[in-house]
Amino acid sequence: MRIAVCMKQVPTYSEGNMDEKTGVIIRKGLLSCVNVYDLAALETALQIKEKTGASISIFTMGPKTAEKVLREAYAMGADEGFLISDMAFAGADVLATSYTLMQAIQSAGEYDLILCGKQTTDGDTAQVSGALAKWMNIPHANWVYELVDVTQENIRIKYMMEAKTVLAQVEYPCLLSVEKSIFIPRMPSLKLKIASKQKEVSVITIHELEDKDPKNYGLSGSATKVKKIFPPERTLKKEIVTLEAKVAANYIVDILKGLEYIDEDIK
Amino acid sequence: MRIMENIKSWNGILVYVEVFKSGIHPVSLELIGEAYRLSRITKEPIYAVAVGPQVEMLKEQFQGYPLQDVFLYKTAKEFQANLYEEGVENCIETIRPSIVLIGGTNEGRALAPRIAVHFKTGLTADCTELEVNEDGELLQTRPAFGGNIMASILTQNTRPQFATVRPKVMLPITADFSYETNYHTRMLKDRMLGISILAVEEEAEQESIINQDVLIVAGRGIKKRENLSMLQELAGLLGGKLASSRALVEKGWMSPKDQIGLSGNTVNPRCMITCGVSGTVQFIAGMKNTKNIIAINSDRNARIFEIAHYPICGDIYEIIPELINLIKS
Repeated sequence: MRIAVCMKQVPTYSEGNMDEKTGVIIRKGLLSCVNVYDLAALETALQIKEKTGASISIFTMGPKTAEKVLREAYAMGADEGFLISDMAFAGADVLATSYTLMQAIQSAGEYDLILCGKQTTDGDTAQVSGALAKWMNIPHANWVYELVDVTQENIRIKYMMEAKTVLAQVEYPCLLSVEKSIFIPRMPSLKLKIASKQKEVSVITIHELEDKDPKNYGLSGSATKVKKIFPPERTLKKEIVTLEAKVAANYIVDILKGLEYIDEDIK
Repeated sequence: MRIMENIKSWNGILVYVEVFKSGIHPVSLELIGEAYRLSRITKEPIYAVAVGPQVEMLKEQFQGYPLQDVFLYKTAKEFQANLYEEGVENCIETIRPSIVLIGGTNEGRALAPRIAVHFKTGLTADCTELEVNEDGELLQTRPAFGGNIMASILTQNTRPQFATVRPKVMLPITADFSYETNYHTRMLKDRMLGISILAVEEEAEQESIINQDVLIVAGRGIKKRENLSMLQELAGLLGGKLASSRALVEKGWMSPKDQIGLSGNTVNPRCMITCGVSGTVQFIAGMKNTKNIIAINSDRNARIFEIAHYPICGDIYEIIPELINLIKS
């Protein structure tokens, strides 16, 4: 059984800036880390590996520095890592990102299960996983919060829908996008970390892909273009009051009394 | 040039109508409202498409809405993205709409990317504002980077233009139109999908932060997980629930179910006390209709103060225990 996990390097803090002209994220100078939701996807893969003896390949798309994501995944127990990196891939939207991931995963062979985190903390769309599944022409489920059972043929999972939860059996090949709560990611192991120093990282550039036409990737392969960026409006509705704790507490009690959350006789 | 002409041949606004508890999901009615607003500028017809085992039951509920055509795709099975997509794709191929609006629910967000890829076109998730520019293109605005900046996005050379919108972001319209709607019912063939649903469990609704009268909200200003217990206590005293901003969900201290914001839940309780919440655009998008917002933050520049009815600059670690004592006494 072969599992592919998609992981992304994101800015550590949910802040950043965009190039005014192209609308592409300026990543330079920002502290980066692994998207927390993707760690849950990796942990899910590791749990399955322990049960079925699966092998785990990590796919990460980004600049050269994204190799750190693969090193971290190695230290947690991933077997193989692919860095999808080429200037031609830069500035990709949902359509182009998912297409690039599909091309890259297919260049590395056949996978039974593809795991993604629920969303990234920078793009924040939660749409790349479904798009990737469609490109690969496989079924997918989002919002997966429980792994119920896993065999060599299929996987049983629970996922959240509107005001209900669903227990489903999914046949391979398939893609699952998991909630952060599915598993708590393990700490990287020092032993694995040292062992993985020698481990190779395979770099996938446009030349490794079946479709080598740069028009289909990055900014030029994107269907959406950022037209403008602007700061949200800032208007102060009410004067800010700076209060010492006791006074503040009394002030809030008065408001809550007015709203009838607490009785009048409290003072 | 050929691309541009091709684009012009796509016309109309299609709303994906989600079936929810044998009715229409509120977000779909909000999207019909938004489609109507846009259609008055673009002079385009509005269409609706619904998929599912019970779609015919919806016919009555469509009455009074300004819909030219409604497409109903009957299925043997409940929602699965790779089944429902067939219906929506077929509908889009039939009417060739310029714009497709889909609710930003768990169902809509599982479906939208698959269909957008089918048409190799653009999809903008969680839009907070939709406009049509002078060229007739859909300008889709959403918060970016954790919500500190807004981005306006265009789908330039491909159609349809796909946008998802979270519940309670747009306004519904009143169903008082006298409109001759054409209904088209089609069957989707049952086939192997690779996914079999084994059981469905309804979730108890009163547990949700969505329908609370009062919410206490914990933000990034909460430094230790243990500190959540005092906020939990305060929520209990006021008969409400504890919710949080995204920061604490990413830390794993709070569940995504308790998250307020565009990437979480949209809430509008009668009263909310935010504790150490900075107020990113994406957070505010999920709670801006709250009637009474009491915001406590030690940073005078916190954005939450801009929408708070009672902005209080102070230390939550001092104020909250005092407040709890006062209420208890």
